[in-house]
Amino acid sequence: MSPLRSLLFWRSGSPFRVAVARLRAGSQPVTTPTARFFGRHQSLSVIVGMSIVTAILPFVILLPPFTGFGTQGDFIDGYAQAGVWVLLAIGLNVVVGLAGLLDLGYAAFFAIGAYTYAYGASPFSHNHIPFWPMLLIGAAVAATFGLLLGAPTLRLRGDYLAIVTLGFGEIVPVVFNNSDQYTNGTNGITALYQPSLPIYGSFGFGNPMPYYLSVAAIIAVAMILLYRLQDSRLGRAWMAVREDELAAASMGINTVTTKLLAFAIGASTSGLAGVYLSSKLAIVSPTQFGFTVSFTVLAMVVLGGMGNIWGVAAGAFIIYEIQSQGLKQLNQFVGGLGIPPIHLGPINFDLTAINFLDYQYLLYGLALVGMMLLRPEGLFPSRRRRAELHDIEDAVDANQELVQP
Amino acid sequence: MDAGILIQQGLNGLTIGAMYALIALGYTMVYGIIELINFAHGDVFMVGSFVTLWLLATLGVQGAINNPILLVLLLIVMFAFSMTVMGLVGVLIERFAYRPLRRAPRLAPLITAIGVSFILQNVIQALYSTADFNIPQVIDPQAGVSFTMPTFNVGGFAVTSSEVTASYVHVFIIALAIAMIITLQLFVHRTRLGRAMRSTAIDRDAAQLMGVDINTTIALTFFIGSALAGAAGVGWALNYGHTKFDIGFQAGLKSFTAAVLGGIGNTTGAALGGFLIAFVEVFSSQLGYSRWSEAIVFAILIMVLVFKPTGILGQQLAERA
Repeated sequence: MSPLRSLLFWRSGSPFRVAVARLRAGSQPVTTPTARFFGRHQSLSVIVGMSIVTAILPFVILLPPFTGFGTQGDFIDGYAQAGVWVLLAIGLNVVVGLAGLLDLGYAAFFAIGAYTYAYGASPFSHNHIPFWPMLLIGAAVAATFGLLLGAPTLRLRGDYLAIVTLGFGEIVPVVFNNSDQYTNGTNGITALYQPSLPIYGSFGFGNPMPYYLSVAAIIAVAMILLYRLQDSRLGRAWMAVREDELAAASMGINTVTTKLLAFAIGASTSGLAGVYLSSKLAIVSPTQFGFTVSFTVLAMVVLGGMGNIWGVAAGAFIIYEIQSQGLKQLNQFVGGLGIPPIHLGPINFDLTAINFLDYQYLLYGLALVGMMLLRPEGLFPSRRRRAELHDIEDAVDANQELVQP
Repeated sequence: MDAGILIQQGLNGLTIGAMYALIALGYTMVYGIIELINFAHGDVFMVGSFVTLWLLATLGVQGAINNPILLVLLLIVMFAFSMTVMGLVGVLIERFAYRPLRRAPRLAPLITAIGVSFILQNVIQALYSTADFNIPQVIDPQAGVSFTMPTFNVGGFAVTSSEVTASYVHVFIIALAIAMIITLQLFVHRTRLGRAMRSTAIDRDAAQLMGVDINTTIALTFFIGSALAGAAGVGWALNYGHTKFDIGFQAGLKSFTAAVLGGIGNTTGAALGGFLIAFVEVFSSQLGYSRWSEAIVFAILIMVLVFKPTGILGQQLAERA
């Protein structure tokens, strides 16, 4: 290795390199001893990784480029919000990434989780069930709806499923919007109770720190459970169904049950995120759960790398931060450059007048198309998924090589 | 019971249904030939309405045209322009977004299609804005033929009738859509290119071996489907007189439901489904459930897929468990 290369790239076996290797490889074994250790101890690596990330993130604002972007409290609040998207993305990853089913109505389960909390803990319903059991209840209710929707529809072919879930995702907010006496219609349910802990007391509104720490804990638990599921018999069945449903069925896998479980587990994670979000915002209304939510989560999963839990989580976090902070800062940055507007006959182009926040969905759209065409395995691919997404091309290339004289 | 309202709403249903049918044809043709749900198709329709808006603004048309010769010429220009532009947009989408993924796993082109849908919406949002735009209605929406059905009484069951107005816009859109559907049927079933399309849909590789140019045939399918969506966009502009960047999503979903209801891959079925879905929508509104009409349409979609995935006229296409 040349001196320049060894300067530019990390020494093999350094912990940072191992962490990056793990991120890139998904659940595949990596050959360094440290990586092998964390490969065997998924839960430990999730706990260590999440602890490090959780400890570092609040101090990012103290670093040079970020210091002017807001207060530390705003940043931590932003992270807590990003946690919701990370939860949604790792949940959708089970459905899209592991089982290979396209769920376009994912926001519906998010809404169901959020409204479950609103019924469980708000003056509107006269109930006050504590937050922590509500997390489980919300997840269970969302999973039940996942089963109810999935049971009849998962027998259909994949692309029909996409359209059925899209329809379901449209119906659920409409139902919440129109059932005035049960859901308070367009105004939504307000003044939901805040979570609390025995010694700490209520989380309140002023300090985002408890929300941040609790969402980190929820994500860590969800990730451990999902990693264990992915490496279980069920996880292998999901991947088998994704890669070749017919072959999986002939190997004795009950494909409908397998897909149904992926659907329900994805829905339950979405329900968790819904409960957490509604408790944090203290309000639920039907407009929060439109198709753009499902679309954004899908973009996160695809960009992060379908099938790789860490990659998807990183993708969700990065996209959320770009959308909430990056575009805003870009506006200010470009505005501050003082580029004069260009007037060339009919063309009027004023770069400073562009509000980049308006174009986030254009960016997602371009990102989805670009990723699918150029790098379908995502930024942090799972090795298995990459092989699968490329194997048809590789097979074609191999065939052509064989045919060549 | 009021037969007048029934007929009036039937006319409204036929008009909306004509547009759904035109959009549904594009879904069903594309699905039939490359088994892809083209999520961007609804947005192609939306862009078609904006192309009409742009054309009328460029020509300086302000409102209804009363000179019949001028009106006919203008309508021909409007349809020809929107259909050509949208057809070319459809071909471009197929060339750059779908063709490279023809051999990729099924999930890849579906995700790309969703991406394309958002790109189209946001391009329109960038060129215009998120506002609701008024389009001059070149056919006077008030003009039409009014008539009253006879009132009669059958065994104590009184049937009254209020005045029915068959406006020229409605009649024109319905007649044009039916003409287009019949032309498409003749094209698909009677011409060489139509036969190439049908054979590609049945077995792409075999068709290629028989000398069919697959890429041209698929591009042609996208051109026709998108041109029909463009025609539906002009119809929308004529009928409603306004458009918005997000009309394609709902219209697309409803038309897809129509295509599934009629039997996906079946052009006659798509047209039939379009009219049926429009009737469901119009009459659920008439009965006072207008807030629920979307939910009812999607509930129908789920029911059809669960109980009769082949649709009303479809062949056995939804295979496998």
